Amino acid sequence: MLLQIDTLTKSYAGPDGPTEVLRGISLSLAAGETMALTGESGSGKSTLLHLVGGLDTADSGSIRLDGQEVTRLDDTGRAALRRGTVGVVFQQFNLIPSLSVAANISFQARLAGRADQARADRLAEALGLTAHLAKYPEQLSGGQQQRVAIARTLAAQPRLVLADEPTGNLDEATAAVVIEEMLALVHETGAALMMVTHSPALAARAQRRLHLRQGRLE
Amino acid sequence: MADRRLEAPGRFTGFSPLNFALLVALGAVVLASMGKVAPSPQQLVDGVPGMVNLVGRMLPPNTEPAFLARIGLRILETFQIALVGAAIGILLSLPIAWCAARGVSPLGRGNVVVKAFISFLRTVPDLVWALIFVASIGLGAVAGTMTIVVDTIGFCGRFFAEAMEDAEKEPQEALSAIGAGRGSILVGAILPDIMPSLINSSLFALEKAVRSSVVLGLVGAGGIGQELKVAFDLFQYRNASMIILAIFAIVLLMELCTDKLRARIQ
Repeated sequence: MLLQIDTLTKSYAGPDGPTEVLRGISLSLAAGETMALTGESGSGKSTLLHLVGGLDTADSGSIRLDGQEVTRLDDTGRAALRRGTVGVVFQQFNLIPSLSVAANISFQARLAGRADQARADRLAEALGLTAHLAKYPEQLSGGQQQRVAIARTLAAQPRLVLADEPTGNLDEATAAVVIEEMLALVHETGAALMMVTHSPALAARAQRRLHLRQGRLE
Repeated sequence: MADRRLEAPGRFTGFSPLNFALLVALGAVVLASMGKVAPSPQQLVDGVPGMVNLVGRMLPPNTEPAFLARIGLRILETFQIALVGAAIGILLSLPIAWCAARGVSPLGRGNVVVKAFISFLRTVPDLVWALIFVASIGLGAVAGTMTIVVDTIGFCGRFFAEAMEDAEKEPQEALSAIGAGRGSILVGAILPDIMPSLINSSLFALEKAVRSSVVLGLVGAGGIGQELKVAFDLFQYRNASMIILAIFAIVLLMELCTDKLRARIQ
Protein backbone atom coordinates (compact mmCIF):
# COMPACT_ATOMS: atom_id res chain seq x y z
CA MET A 1 0.00 0.00 0.00
CA LEU A 2 1.42 3.41 -0.94
CA LEU A 3 -0.40 5.37 1.76
CA GLN A 4 -1.73 4.04 5.08
CA ILE A 5 -3.38 6.42 7.55
CA ASP A 6 -4.41 5.21 11.02
CA THR A 7 -6.54 7.02 13.64
CA LEU A 8 -5.23 10.44 12.65
CA THR A 9 -6.29 13.41 14.78
CA LYS A 10 -5.69 17.12 14.48
CA SER A 11 -7.04 20.10 16.40
CA TYR A 12 -6.44 23.83 16.26
CA ALA A 13 -6.50 26.33 19.10
CA GLY A 14 -9.60 28.53 18.96
CA PRO A 15 -11.00 31.33 21.12
CA ASP A 16 -13.21 28.78 22.99
CA GLY A 17 -10.51 26.13 23.38
CA PRO A 18 -9.16 23.58 20.88
CA THR A 19 -11.30 22.71 17.86
CA GLU A 20 -11.02 19.11 16.68
CA VAL A 21 -10.72 19.11 12.89
CA LEU A 22 -9.85 15.43 12.31
CA ARG A 23 -11.20 12.79 14.72
CA GLY A 24 -9.50 9.48 14.11
CA ILE A 25 -9.22 9.19 10.32
CA SER A 26 -8.10 5.82 8.89
CA LEU A 27 -7.75 5.09 5.20
CA SER A 28 -5.41 3.61 2.64
CA LEU A 29 -4.49 4.32 -0.97
CA ALA A 30 -2.76 1.98 -3.40
CA ALA A 31 -0.17 3.03 -5.98
CA GLY A 32 -1.87 4.27 -9.15
CA GLU A 33 -5.24 4.65 -7.42
CA THR A 34 -7.29 7.87 -7.58
CA MET A 35 -9.40 9.05 -4.64
CA ALA A 36 -11.68 12.05 -4.16
CA LEU A 37 -12.31 13.55 -0.73
CA THR A 38 -15.55 15.48 -0.45
CA GLY A 39 -17.28 17.24 2.41
CA GLU A 40 -18.61 20.55 3.66
CA SER A 41 -16.30 23.50 4.30
CA GLY A 42 -14.52 22.94 7.61
CA SER A 43 -14.99 19.16 7.51
CA GLY A 44 -11.20 18.65 7.55
CA LYS A 45 -10.53 17.73 3.88
CA SER A 46 -7.73 20.23 3.30
CA THR A 47 -6.25 19.59 6.74
CA LEU A 48 -6.01 15.87 5.94
CA LEU A 49 -4.32 16.66 2.63
CA HIS A 50 -1.85 19.03 4.31
CA LEU A 51 -0.95 16.41 6.93
CA VAL A 52 -0.30 13.78 4.26
CA GLY A 53 1.84 16.28 2.30
CA GLY A 54 3.85 17.26 5.37
CA LEU A 55 2.61 20.83 5.20
CA ASP A 56 1.30 20.52 8.77
CA THR A 57 1.81 18.17 11.71
CA ALA A 58 -0.72 15.76 13.27
CA ASP A 59 -1.63 15.61 16.98
CA SER A 60 -1.72 11.80 17.03
CA GLY A 61 -2.10 8.79 14.74
CA SER A 62 0.05 7.53 11.92
CA ILE A 63 0.64 8.42 8.25
CA ARG A 64 2.76 5.85 6.47
CA LEU A 65 3.71 6.97 2.98
CA ASP A 66 5.94 4.91 0.69
CA GLY A 67 7.42 3.13 3.72
CA GLN A 68 8.07 6.36 5.64
CA GLU A 69 6.32 7.47 8.86
CA VAL A 70 5.44 11.08 7.99
CA THR A 71 4.39 12.03 11.54
CA ARG A 72 7.93 11.42 12.82
CA LEU A 73 9.64 13.66 10.26
CA ASP A 74 11.16 16.99 11.26
CA ASP A 75 11.02 20.16 9.12
CA THR A 76 13.85 19.04 6.86
CA GLY A 77 12.38 15.55 6.46
CA ARG A 78 8.97 16.96 5.55
CA ALA A 79 10.56 19.31 2.99
CA ALA A 80 12.37 16.29 1.48
CA LEU A 81 9.02 14.43 1.36
CA ARG A 82 7.40 17.34 -0.53
CA ARG A 83 10.36 17.46 -2.92
CA GLY A 84 10.63 13.79 -3.68
CA THR A 85 7.58 11.68 -2.85
CA VAL A 86 4.52 13.92 -3.06
CA GLY A 87 3.47 16.69 -5.41
CA VAL A 88 0.83 19.19 -4.36
CA VAL A 89 -1.52 21.06 -6.73
CA PHE A 90 -3.11 24.01 -4.93
CA GLN A 91 -6.29 25.96 -5.61
CA GLN A 92 -4.18 29.17 -5.64
CA PHE A 93 -1.65 27.62 -8.10
CA ASN A 94 1.34 28.70 -5.93
CA LEU A 95 3.61 29.44 -8.89
CA ILE A 96 6.85 31.34 -8.39
CA PRO A 97 6.31 34.82 -9.88
CA SER A 98 9.99 35.55 -10.55
CA LEU A 99 10.43 32.43 -12.71
CA SER A 100 9.27 31.85 -16.28
CA VAL A 101 6.73 29.12 -17.07
CA ALA A 102 9.55 26.82 -18.27
CA ALA A 103 11.55 27.38 -15.07
CA ASN A 104 8.43 26.90 -12.92
CA ILE A 105 7.71 23.57 -14.59
CA SER A 106 11.21 22.19 -14.05
CA PHE A 107 11.85 23.75 -10.62
CA GLN A 108 10.45 20.99 -8.39
CA ALA A 109 12.07 18.27 -10.53
CA ARG A 110 15.41 20.05 -10.15
CA LEU A 111 14.91 20.28 -6.37
CA ALA A 112 14.11 16.55 -6.30
CA GLY A 113 17.22 15.77 -8.37
CA ARG A 114 15.10 14.43 -11.24
CA ALA A 115 15.52 17.16 -13.83
CA ASP A 116 14.41 15.76 -17.21
CA GLN A 117 14.00 18.40 -19.90
CA ALA A 118 12.40 15.99 -22.39
CA ARG A 119 9.75 15.03 -19.83
CA ALA A 120 9.11 18.70 -18.95
CA ASP A 121 8.71 19.50 -22.67
CA ARG A 122 6.29 16.57 -23.14
CA LEU A 123 4.17 17.72 -20.20
CA ALA A 124 4.16 21.31 -21.46
CA GLU A 125 3.01 20.07 -24.87
CA ALA A 126 0.32 17.80 -23.41
CA LEU A 127 -1.06 20.68 -21.36
CA GLY A 128 -0.91 23.20 -24.25
CA LEU A 129 1.79 25.33 -22.67
CA THR A 130 4.50 25.18 -25.35
CA ALA A 131 3.70 28.65 -26.68
CA HIS A 132 3.83 30.14 -23.15
CA LEU A 133 7.13 28.75 -21.85
CA ALA A 134 8.93 32.12 -21.94
CA LYS A 135 6.08 33.97 -20.22
CA TYR A 136 5.72 34.67 -16.50
CA PRO A 137 2.81 33.46 -14.34
CA GLU A 138 1.18 36.92 -14.17
CA GLN A 139 0.87 36.88 -17.99
CA LEU A 140 -1.28 33.71 -17.96
CA SER A 141 -4.97 33.07 -17.36
CA GLY A 142 -6.11 31.10 -14.30
CA GLY A 143 -6.57 27.93 -16.35
CA GLN A 144 -3.11 28.26 -17.85
CA GLN A 145 -1.56 28.86 -14.42
CA GLN A 146 -3.20 25.71 -13.06
CA ARG A 147 -1.87 23.75 -16.05
CA VAL A 148 1.63 25.02 -15.20
CA ALA A 149 1.13 23.89 -11.58
CA ILE A 150 0.05 20.45 -12.75
CA ALA A 151 3.02 20.19 -15.15
CA ARG A 152 5.37 21.25 -12.35
CA THR A 153 3.99 18.57 -10.03
CA LEU A 154 4.12 15.77 -12.59
CA ALA A 155 7.56 16.77 -13.94
CA ALA A 156 9.00 15.84 -10.52
CA GLN A 157 7.56 12.29 -10.90
CA PRO A 158 5.93 12.08 -7.46
CA ARG A 159 4.54 8.78 -6.14
CA LEU A 160 1.50 10.61 -4.79
CA VAL A 161 -0.23 13.70 -6.20
CA LEU A 162 -2.27 15.73 -3.71
CA ALA A 163 -4.72 18.17 -5.28
CA ASP A 164 -6.50 20.70 -3.06
CA GLU A 165 -9.53 22.05 -4.93
CA PRO A 166 -7.45 22.08 -8.14
CA THR A 167 -10.23 23.64 -10.18
CA GLY A 168 -11.68 25.87 -7.44
CA ASN A 169 -10.47 29.04 -9.16
CA LEU A 170 -11.47 28.06 -12.69
CA ASP A 171 -14.69 28.41 -14.65
CA GLU A 172 -16.67 25.22 -15.30
CA ALA A 173 -15.54 24.63 -18.89
CA THR A 174 -11.86 25.24 -18.12
CA ALA A 175 -12.11 23.12 -14.98
CA ALA A 176 -13.45 20.16 -16.95
CA VAL A 177 -10.61 20.34 -19.49
CA VAL A 178 -7.89 20.83 -16.85
CA ILE A 179 -9.13 17.95 -14.70
CA GLU A 180 -9.36 15.67 -17.72
CA GLU A 181 -5.77 16.45 -18.59
CA MET A 182 -4.61 16.00 -14.99
CA LEU A 183 -6.29 12.59 -14.58
CA ALA A 184 -4.88 11.36 -17.89
CA LEU A 185 -1.35 12.44 -16.98
CA VAL A 186 -1.57 11.03 -13.44
CA HIS A 187 -2.74 7.72 -14.93
CA GLU A 188 0.07 7.78 -17.49
CA THR A 189 2.76 8.36 -14.85
CA GLY A 190 1.42 5.65 -12.52
CA ALA A 191 1.14 8.05 -9.58
CA ALA A 192 -1.67 7.85 -7.02
CA LEU A 193 -4.00 10.83 -6.66
CA MET A 194 -5.79 12.17 -3.60
CA MET A 195 -8.01 15.09 -4.53
CA VAL A 196 -10.09 17.40 -2.37
CA THR A 197 -13.13 18.80 -4.12
CA HIS A 198 -16.55 20.29 -3.55
CA SER A 199 -17.70 19.20 -6.97
CA PRO A 200 -19.68 15.92 -7.18
CA ALA A 201 -18.96 15.78 -10.93
CA LEU A 202 -15.24 16.01 -10.32
CA ALA A 203 -15.39 13.47 -7.48
CA ALA A 204 -17.17 11.05 -9.79
CA ARG A 205 -14.08 10.95 -12.00
CA ALA A 206 -12.01 9.31 -9.23
CA GLN A 207 -11.90 5.53 -8.63
CA ARG A 208 -12.80 5.98 -4.95
CA ARG A 209 -14.85 8.63 -3.19
CA LEU A 210 -14.73 9.34 0.52
CA HIS A 211 -16.92 11.83 2.34
CA LEU A 212 -15.77 13.70 5.44
CA ARG A 213 -18.24 15.09 7.96
CA GLN A 214 -17.06 16.97 11.03
CA GLY A 215 -13.64 15.34 10.99
CA ARG A 216 -14.86 11.75 10.47
CA LEU A 217 -15.09 9.57 7.37
CA GLU A 218 -18.58 8.44 6.39
CA MET B 1 -22.20 62.86 3.10
CA ALA B 2 -19.96 65.63 4.44
CA ASP B 3 -17.29 66.96 2.11
CA ARG B 4 -13.97 65.90 3.64
CA ARG B 5 -12.26 69.03 2.27
CA LEU B 6 -14.46 71.20 4.51
CA GLU B 7 -13.57 69.31 7.68
CA ALA B 8 -11.38 71.24 10.13
CA PRO B 9 -7.91 69.77 10.61
CA GLY B 10 -7.05 68.08 13.90
CA ARG B 11 -6.22 70.62 16.59
CA PHE B 12 -3.92 70.64 19.58
CA THR B 13 -6.14 70.03 22.60
CA GLY B 14 -3.62 70.23 25.45
CA PHE B 15 -1.43 67.84 27.41
CA SER B 16 -2.36 65.06 29.75
CA PRO B 17 -0.91 65.66 33.26
CA LEU B 18 1.67 62.90 32.68
CA ASN B 19 2.81 64.33 29.33
CA PHE B 20 2.98 67.83 30.85
CA ALA B 21 5.18 66.54 33.72
CA LEU B 22 7.45 64.73 31.23
CA LEU B 23 7.74 67.87 29.10
CA VAL B 24 8.67 69.99 32.12
CA ALA B 25 11.27 67.39 33.19
CA LEU B 26 12.75 67.31 29.66
CA GLY B 27 12.91 71.13 29.56
CA ALA B 28 14.70 71.15 32.93
CA VAL B 29 17.28 68.62 31.69
CA VAL B 30 17.93 70.68 28.52
CA LEU B 31 18.33 73.93 30.51
CA ALA B 32 20.65 72.29 33.06
CA SER B 33 22.76 70.81 30.24
CA MET B 34 22.94 74.15 28.40
CA GLY B 35 24.43 75.76 31.49
CA LYS B 36 27.28 73.22 31.37
CA VAL B 37 28.07 72.73 27.67
CA ALA B 38 26.41 75.42 25.50
CA PRO B 39 28.59 78.41 24.50
CA SER B 40 27.73 81.72 26.17
CA PRO B 41 27.16 84.77 23.90
CA GLN B 42 30.40 86.24 25.32
CA GLN B 43 32.34 83.10 24.33
CA LEU B 44 30.90 83.29 20.81
CA VAL B 45 31.87 86.95 20.45
CA ASP B 46 35.36 86.27 21.84
CA GLY B 47 35.79 83.37 19.41
CA VAL B 48 35.14 85.44 16.27
CA PRO B 49 38.63 87.02 16.00
CA GLY B 50 40.24 83.58 16.50
CA MET B 51 38.03 82.09 13.79
CA VAL B 52 38.78 84.97 11.38
CA ASN B 53 42.50 84.54 12.11
CA LEU B 54 42.33 80.76 11.46
CA VAL B 55 40.41 81.21 8.18
CA GLY B 56 42.97 83.85 7.13
CA ARG B 57 45.81 81.39 7.77
CA MET B 58 43.98 78.69 5.78
CA LEU B 59 43.79 80.85 2.63
CA PRO B 60 44.74 80.36 -0.06
CA PRO B 61 44.65 76.54 0.00
CA ASN B 62 47.98 74.94 -0.84
CA THR B 63 48.06 74.00 -4.54
CA GLU B 64 51.71 73.02 -4.87
CA PRO B 65 51.95 70.12 -7.37
CA ALA B 66 53.98 67.91 -5.02
CA PHE B 67 51.43 68.38 -2.23
CA LEU B 68 48.49 67.82 -4.61
CA ALA B 69 50.12 64.61 -5.85
CA ARG B 70 50.45 63.36 -2.25
CA ILE B 71 46.83 64.30 -1.51
CA GLY B 72 45.74 62.55 -4.72
CA LEU B 73 47.34 59.30 -3.52
CA ARG B 74 45.66 59.65 -0.12
CA ILE B 75 42.28 60.25 -1.78
CA LEU B 76 42.78 57.13 -3.86
CA GLU B 77 43.59 55.20 -0.68
CA THR B 78 40.46 56.64 0.97
CA PHE B 79 38.32 55.43 -1.94
CA GLN B 80 39.96 52.03 -1.79
CA ILE B 81 39.25 51.72 1.94
CA ALA B 82 35.61 52.74 1.40
CA LEU B 83 35.07 50.56 -1.66
CA VAL B 84 36.76 47.38 -0.42
CA GLY B 85 35.35 47.77 3.12
CA ALA B 86 31.81 48.39 1.85
CA ALA B 87 31.99 45.54 -0.70
CA ILE B 88 33.17 42.98 1.87
CA GLY B 89 30.70 44.35 4.44
CA ILE B 90 27.76 44.12 2.03
CA LEU B 91 28.67 40.55 1.02
CA LEU B 92 29.01 39.45 4.66
CA SER B 93 25.78 41.25 5.58
CA LEU B 94 23.70 38.97 3.34
CA PRO B 95 24.23 35.68 5.25
CA ILE B 96 24.27 37.51 8.60
CA ALA B 97 20.98 39.27 7.81
CA TRP B 98 19.48 35.95 6.67
CA CYS B 99 20.36 34.41 10.05
CA ALA B 100 18.89 37.46 11.82
CA ALA B 101 15.60 37.76 9.90
CA ARG B 102 12.53 36.63 11.83
CA GLY B 103 10.56 33.84 10.15
CA VAL B 104 13.25 33.35 7.50
CA SER B 105 16.36 32.56 9.52
CA PRO B 106 17.79 29.03 9.29
CA LEU B 107 18.50 29.38 13.02
CA GLY B 108 14.80 29.64 13.90
CA ARG B 109 14.40 31.58 17.14
CA GLY B 110 18.19 31.80 17.43
CA ASN B 111 17.81 34.79 15.10
CA VAL B 112 17.60 37.11 18.13
CA VAL B 113 21.24 36.35 18.99
CA VAL B 114 22.35 37.41 15.50
CA LYS B 115 20.10 40.49 15.70
CA ALA B 116 21.75 41.45 18.98
CA PHE B 117 25.19 40.96 17.38
CA ILE B 118 24.25 43.31 14.50
CA SER B 119 22.92 45.89 16.99
CA PHE B 120 26.21 45.70 18.89
CA LEU B 121 28.21 46.33 15.69
CA ARG B 122 25.96 49.29 14.87
CA THR B 123 25.97 50.81 18.35
CA VAL B 124 29.75 51.13 18.68
CA PRO B 125 30.83 54.27 16.71
CA ASP B 126 33.14 53.81 13.72
CA LEU B 127 35.96 55.82 15.32
CA VAL B 128 35.91 53.44 18.29
CA TRP B 129 36.12 50.45 15.90
CA ALA B 130 39.02 52.22 14.17
CA LEU B 131 40.83 52.63 17.52
CA ILE B 132 40.28 48.93 18.25
CA PHE B 133 41.62 47.83 14.83
CA VAL B 134 44.57 50.25 14.95
CA ALA B 135 45.45 48.80 18.36
CA SER B 136 45.09 45.20 17.17
CA ILE B 137 46.22 45.27 13.50
CA GLY B 138 48.40 48.37 13.52
CA LEU B 139 48.33 51.81 11.90
CA GLY B 140 47.26 52.14 8.26
CA ALA B 141 44.67 51.40 5.63
CA VAL B 142 43.94 47.78 6.65
CA ALA B 143 42.61 48.96 10.02
CA GLY B 144 40.44 51.46 8.13
CA THR B 145 39.09 48.76 5.81
CA MET B 146 38.26 46.50 8.76
CA THR B 147 36.43 49.39 10.41
CA ILE B 148 34.33 49.98 7.30
CA VAL B 149 33.56 46.24 7.04
CA VAL B 150 32.23 46.12 10.62
CA ASP B 151 30.36 49.42 10.27
CA THR B 152 28.75 48.25 7.00
CA ILE B 153 27.62 44.96 8.57
CA GLY B 154 26.00 46.92 11.40
CA PHE B 155 24.16 49.10 8.87
CA CYS B 156 23.34 46.68 6.04
CA GLY B 157 22.73 43.72 8.38
CA ARG B 158 19.81 45.52 9.95
CA PHE B 159 18.25 46.83 6.72
CA PHE B 160 18.78 43.58 4.80
CA ALA B 161 17.18 41.59 7.65
CA GLU B 162 14.18 43.95 7.76
CA ALA B 163 13.76 43.67 3.99
CA MET B 164 13.89 39.86 4.22
CA GLU B 165 11.24 39.87 6.96
CA ASP B 166 8.98 42.09 4.83
CA ALA B 167 9.47 40.09 1.61
CA GLU B 168 6.30 38.81 -0.05
CA LYS B 169 5.12 35.61 1.59
CA GLU B 170 3.31 34.00 -1.37
CA PRO B 171 6.41 33.00 -3.39
CA GLN B 172 8.03 31.71 -0.19
CA GLU B 173 4.99 29.56 0.57
CA ALA B 174 4.96 28.35 -3.04
CA LEU B 175 8.56 27.20 -2.77
CA SER B 176 8.07 25.68 0.68
CA ALA B 177 5.09 23.71 -0.64
CA ILE B 178 7.22 22.02 -3.28
CA GLY B 179 9.86 21.04 -0.77
CA ALA B 180 12.38 23.83 -1.20
CA GLY B 181 14.79 24.25 1.71
CA ARG B 182 15.43 27.60 3.41
CA GLY B 183 18.40 28.28 1.13
CA SER B 184 16.35 27.74 -2.02
CA ILE B 185 13.56 29.93 -0.61
CA LEU B 186 16.11 32.69 0.02
CA VAL B 187 17.54 32.50 -3.49
CA GLY B 188 14.30 31.72 -5.36
CA ALA B 189 11.79 33.95 -3.59
CA ILE B 190 13.24 36.40 -1.07
CA LEU B 191 16.26 37.85 -2.90
CA PRO B 192 14.42 38.49 -6.21
CA ASP B 193 11.66 40.29 -4.28
CA ILE B 194 13.93 42.52 -2.19
CA MET B 195 16.70 43.18 -4.74
CA PRO B 196 15.82 46.90 -5.25
CA SER B 197 15.84 47.42 -1.48
CA LEU B 198 19.19 45.60 -1.16
CA ILE B 199 20.75 47.75 -3.88
CA ASN B 200 19.38 50.92 -2.29
CA SER B 201 20.73 50.04 1.16
CA SER B 202 24.07 49.05 -0.38
CA LEU B 203 24.38 52.43 -2.11
CA PHE B 204 23.66 54.21 1.19
CA ALA B 205 26.29 51.98 2.83
CA LEU B 206 28.82 52.98 0.17
CA GLU B 207 28.05 56.67 0.73
CA LYS B 208 28.39 56.18 4.47
CA ALA B 209 31.66 54.29 3.96
CA VAL B 210 33.16 57.18 1.97
CA ARG B 211 32.14 59.68 4.67
CA SER B 212 33.55 57.43 7.40
CA SER B 213 36.78 56.65 5.57
CA VAL B 214 37.75 60.34 5.32
CA VAL B 215 37.81 60.71 9.12
CA LEU B 216 39.27 57.32 10.09
CA GLY B 217 42.76 58.66 9.43
CA LEU B 218 42.33 60.96 12.45
CA VAL B 219 42.97 57.90 14.64
CA GLY B 220 45.59 56.40 12.35
CA ALA B 221 43.43 54.12 10.21
CA GLY B 222 44.70 55.35 6.83
CA GLY B 223 43.24 57.59 4.14
CA ILE B 224 43.04 61.35 3.69
CA GLY B 225 42.09 61.93 7.36
CA GLN B 226 45.65 61.06 8.34
CA GLU B 227 46.95 63.99 6.22
CA LEU B 228 44.37 66.30 7.81
CA LYS B 229 45.52 65.38 11.31
CA VAL B 230 49.17 65.94 10.36
CA ALA B 231 48.30 69.34 8.80
CA PHE B 232 46.51 70.54 11.99
CA ASP B 233 49.15 69.05 14.31
CA LEU B 234 51.91 70.93 12.42
CA PHE B 235 49.80 74.14 12.06
CA GLN B 236 49.92 73.78 8.23
CA TYR B 237 46.52 75.40 7.80
CA ARG B 238 46.84 76.01 4.03
CA ASN B 239 47.39 72.27 3.64
CA ALA B 240 44.38 71.61 5.91
CA SER B 241 42.08 73.84 3.83
CA MET B 242 43.11 72.03 0.63
CA ILE B 243 42.42 68.66 2.28
CA ILE B 244 38.99 69.85 3.52
CA LEU B 245 38.15 70.95 -0.05
CA ALA B 246 39.29 67.55 -1.36
CA ILE B 247 37.12 65.75 1.22
CA PHE B 248 34.14 67.90 0.26
CA ALA B 249 34.75 67.08 -3.42
CA ILE B 250 34.94 63.29 -2.95
CA VAL B 251 31.89 63.12 -0.66
CA LEU B 252 29.90 65.27 -3.08
CA LEU B 253 31.06 63.20 -6.07
CA MET B 254 30.08 59.96 -4.33
CA GLU B 255 26.62 61.33 -3.41
CA LEU B 256 26.04 62.46 -7.00
CA CYS B 257 27.02 59.02 -8.33
CA THR B 258 24.86 57.08 -5.86
CA ASP B 259 21.91 59.46 -6.42
CA LYS B 260 22.13 58.79 -10.16
CA LEU B 261 22.35 55.05 -9.63
CA ARG B 262 19.42 55.14 -7.20
CA ALA B 263 17.31 57.12 -9.68
CA ARG B 264 18.09 54.54 -12.37
CA ILE B 265 17.06 51.65 -10.14
CA GLN B 266 13.80 53.32 -9.13
